[in-house]
Amino acid sequence: MKKSYDIVIIGGGIVGCSVAFELAKRRRTDVLVIEQAYLTSGATGRCGAGIRQQWGSVINATLAFESTGIFENLEEYTGYKGNCGLNQGGYLILAYTEKEWGQFHKNLKVQHSVGIDSYAVEVDGINEIVPHLNTEGLYGATFCAKDGHADPFHCTYAYAGGAQRMGVDIETYTTVTGFVVKNGRIQTVRTNKGDVQANIVINCTGGHAAIMAAMVGDELPIYPERHQILITEPVAHIMNPMVMTFHRHFYVQQTPHGSVIMGIGDQAEPVSLNICSSWQFLEHCSYLITQTLPVFRNLRVVRQWAGLYDMSPDRYPIINHAKEAEGFITIAGLSGHGFMVAPRLANLLANHLTEQQDSLDINLFSAERYSRGELLLEPSVV
Amino acid sequence: MKNKDSEIIICRCEDITREQILECISEGYETIDEIKCVTRAGMGPCQGRTCRSLIAAELSGAYKVPMEDVVMTTFRPPSVPVSLGTLADAYDNG
Ligand SMILES: Cc1cc2nc3c(=O)[nH]c(=O)nc-3n(C[C@H](O)[C@H](O)[C@H](O)COP(=O)(O)OP(=O)(O)OC[C@H]3O[C@@H](n4cnc5c(N)ncnc54)[C@H](O)[C@@H]3O)c2cc1C
Repeated sequence: MKKSYDIVIIGGGIVGCSVAFELAKRRRTDVLVIEQAYLTSGATGRCGAGIRQQWGSVINATLAFESTGIFENLEEYTGYKGNCGLNQGGYLILAYTEKEWGQFHKNLKVQHSVGIDSYAVEVDGINEIVPHLNTEGLYGATFCAKDGHADPFHCTYAYAGGAQRMGVDIETYTTVTGFVVKNGRIQTVRTNKGDVQANIVINCTGGHAAIMAAMVGDELPIYPERHQILITEPVAHIMNPMVMTFHRHFYVQQTPHGSVIMGIGDQAEPVSLNICSSWQFLEHCSYLITQTLPVFRNLRVVRQWAGLYDMSPDRYPIINHAKEAEGFITIAGLSGHGFMVAPRLANLLANHLTEQQDSLDINLFSAERYSRGELLLEPSVV
Repeated sequence: MKNKDSEIIICRCEDITREQILECISEGYETIDEIKCVTRAGMGPCQGRTCRSLIAAELSGAYKVPMEDVVMTTFRPPSVPVSLGTLADAYDNG
């Protein structure tokens, strides 16, 4: 770690590492990434790493569609020797109410306008896609074969390794403890291993982002929310796609390795930095999923864990310049789907910082939308 | 005769050899958690009961730190595998 850098990035998750890579690719290589533990130790290493393009708004559908294109050859793109584990088994999204079914048809129009290859599946076609699914109570489903998931560890290490080869420094087991702001500009990042000077600081600390931004006086409406997940022993392959429902709030997928990963969106979860597992989750999740997929009843759970969603009020990303500290930018509030949009957001931010053109307007994501009352809307989240 | 590293199994659940662990260390990975993430060592049904201490011993040797200073992984529940059906019925019965 040098005493001074052009850009300091805080947080070694998928966001921090992809931003570092994209900056380096644009010749901004005097960059330091600071991570308090190891890379992927935050939400990134705890996530389902699902990649879904079936969104209900043009912005989300575009972010996910264009990110998928990057995931499709991330190894080559970053020069990674490992395998990023992309598996495009599709997402099957179930409609359990008439209202949902109507909304899904509108969503399909949005997806098609962006170029996403998704379609409606009638009830009697569902078992052709997922043979063992209990179709009772269903109105239909939508499917996109190019949705899927990737390995969050390898994707992050791919970006990080690529960035390092271009000259970026990464300092793990180093905690940012504060900042010095002088004459309205960010000047110094304080860490437990000493001070670092910086022209620009990018806050990519996920569930910790609001606390970090508040240290320079930027009050952001991002709050942490615990989400849990469980995984079973590996068994023979019976299901390719991810199956998800908003109405019953769950998602479940079988990994290429054979184990089945599942999680639920618990509406009663209080705001907190708690990342402990609970037995209530284990029972509730098992109940919801075996109702729809009774075939999984005999599978044994081998592990459960929890992580933080960094929620924003409208569940859209926040990319914000701190007014009180010029040069301090936060990119967070990814609301439980940050893995799948990180590649495109990293491009957007790197284009902005190197004054290059981008087809998306970065100002859409400024936190000012909340004070103006212009929330962005997304009808389809778990 | 001494076994080859490629034939010594460190993680029996996931079939990870000593060679793979040493490769991770030479690539700069420093903790059991990181090695678990990139190789799956310790993610099987036994929860790393055997391999965690074997990997810790490799790290301790490579980085010249005492065994007790090697950062341990978090022990994740449940401690014995339980079926989804049993759990679902427990929820259903209140
Ligand atoms: C259970 C669960 C399931 C999920 N499933 C999906 C999914 O299927 N698809 C999807 O797209 N997204 C999913 N997500 C969301 C996704 O994980 C996140 O949106 C994404 O990983 C955010 O990446 P990040 O880099 O912003 O944050 P993180 O990965 O949390 O990285 C932030 C980093 O900052 C570090 N840090 C914090 N404070 C400091 C400090 N003071 N000094 C130094 N470093 C610091 C942390 O250690 C951490 O590593 C899921 C999340 C959870 C919890």
